[in-house]
Amino acid sequence: MFDKGKVIAGIVIFFVILLIPFWYNAVTGKAGYAPELKPGTDAKECVEKTSFMKEKHTELLTKWKEAVVRNGEREYRASNGKTYVMSLTGTCMGCHTNKEQFCDRCHNYTNVKPYCWDCHNVPKVVKK
Amino acid sequence: MYLLYSLILIVIIILVGYIGAGILGWYTLFSIIAPYFALGVFIVGFIYRIVLWARSPVPFHIPTVCGQQHSLPWIRSDTTESPHTAWGVVSRMALEVLLFRSLFRNDRAEFRQPQRLLYGGNRWLWLGAMVFHWSLLVILLRHLRFFVEPVPGCITFLQYIDGFFQWPLPSFYVTDILIVAALLYLFCRRLFNPQVRHISLLSDYFALLLIGGIAVTGILMRHFYKVDLMEVKRFFLGILSFNPVVPEGIGTIFYIHLFLVSVLLAYFPFSKLMHLGGVFLSPTRNLMNNSRMVRHVNPWDYPVKVHTYEEYEDEFRAAMKEVGLPVEKNE
Ligand code: HEC
Ligand code: HEC
Ligand code: HEC
Repeated sequence: MFDKGKVIAGIVIFFVILLIPFWYNAVTGKAGYAPELKPGTDAKECVEKTSFMKEKHTELLTKWKEAVVRNGEREYRASNGKTYVMSLTGTCMGCHTNKEQFCDRCHNYTNVKPYCWDCHNVPKVVKK
Repeated sequence: MYLLYSLILIVIIILVGYIGAGILGWYTLFSIIAPYFALGVFIVGFIYRIVLWARSPVPFHIPTVCGQQHSLPWIRSDTTESPHTAWGVVSRMALEVLLFRSLFRNDRAEFRQPQRLLYGGNRWLWLGAMVFHWSLLVILLRHLRFFVEPVPGCITFLQYIDGFFQWPLPSFYVTDILIVAALLYLFCRRLFNPQVRHISLLSDYFALLLIGGIAVTGILMRHFYKVDLMEVKRFFLGILSFNPVVPEGIGTIFYIHLFLVSVLLAYFPFSKLMHLGGVFLSPTRNLMNNSRMVRHVNPWDYPVKVHTYEEYEDEFRAAMKEVGLPVEKNE
């Protein structure tokens, strides 16, 4: 092999960079980590089915926002027949009282940074 | 024809992912075995190809330069375009790898009016290539959010810049649009430019379509067929710590995306995409233009058996004299 030193150094550098995900988590000690979510409510179910909420709560929130802001409707009929007031702070955070232990944990994990809280209020956590 | 074949191939790959994971539910195969296998093939194949290239000798000193060579002190030489030092080569290489310098120099000759040959710069290919590769880099870096924990601030920053428009919810990424546009351009160039079409092979279309397929499934997954990203990250942290858990309840589109990426990884070392490593090994770029200072010895050189004139004359002197031919040594 010609220029052995340089070629091997190049390959090593390339793979150290490429395989960051393999060693990074081992270094930070978070390999295989997943956060624990605390809904923060005694209710049994969310506005919609849990699987739907996990995947599509952004869609639901968009729908709510548009219904309220553009159409002036404030009542939402969920698919299980219950009605909810369409309010981010009031309804969502009314059940999920502790944002840090619920929304934030999940969002930090997947590195989502909602900017909604620039305007919308987060209710104070009531210590039980 | 090649286009048709590569289209069929892509459709087959997508269908395999769809049927295998979505209908038959072979999650272990598609989410664990295929990615590990593909990564293994990638690593071994990549090293193999590089070593193979590094073992091939460069018989001639062939840097192709476009600047004044270093010679006498009072002649100004161009240290990047015609480097004679190692740092010069590094800067030239950096320009090539990061900004595609040689593609920027792309010229085109064409007949406009009868008998009039016009030369002009043709930078569209350069622009398309730049947009594509840089978008790809940003997209790859953004994906780190699913692979590492905690996510470093620079990745969050990149994500924030890329999602600058904050619309819709979740915001579209600028690079997503750019990469699709660039791929479309590169693809249409192959389709509609007759010269380029003539030299396009199956592997050219296939690589474009495969990467395009990955981009499109990724965008669909972000905006239309949403999946549970928390489960996705949990799955990746598992597989990355060699503790794979078969993921639960992630939409089929995720498996198709993952399977396309696995195919790309496994295909990579055998394809033209190896220009990722190959660009660093191109002798026309990575040699110094120092042929007036250092003698380049052909590594292939072996001692050639020669027969000099002196030896020839020694051998045939008697016969030469006899027929009256002039000889150099008379004894
Ligand atoms: C009636 C109370 C209530 C309201 C109102 C409510 N949630 Fe929930 N939510 C719950 C409960 C209870 C769960 C846990 C369900 C489970 O574990 O199956 C949950 C689960 C979720 C999950 C899935 C968490 C997981 O386990 O992965 C998300 C995301 C979520 N909620 C978001 C929202 C958003 C966004 C809103 C506002 C649109 C909202 N919730 C309003 C009670 C509520
Ligand atoms: C620029 C400030 C601002 C930002 C940022 C913002 N909103 Fe709003 N939002 C408003 C205002 C103002 C209303 C109208 C409130 C009303 O009429 O009751 C509203 C209403 C809503 C409503 C319905 C009413 C209610 O009380 O909740 C929803 C749902 C909503 N926004 C969701 C969101 C989400 C989700 C985000 C983040 C992606 C967001 N908003 C970001 C200002 C903002
Ligand atoms: C199970 C994990 C999980 C929980 C719990 C959760 N989210 Fe999310 N959230 C996500 C993911 C993942 C995304 C990104 C979604 C996407 O890209 O489609 C997201 C995106 C959002 C967005 C859009 C932000 C953006 O910039 O794209 C809003 C707003 C939001 N979530 C609000 C909430 C609120 C409010 C709660 C708490 C009531 C909550 N979420 C709880 C996982 C979660």
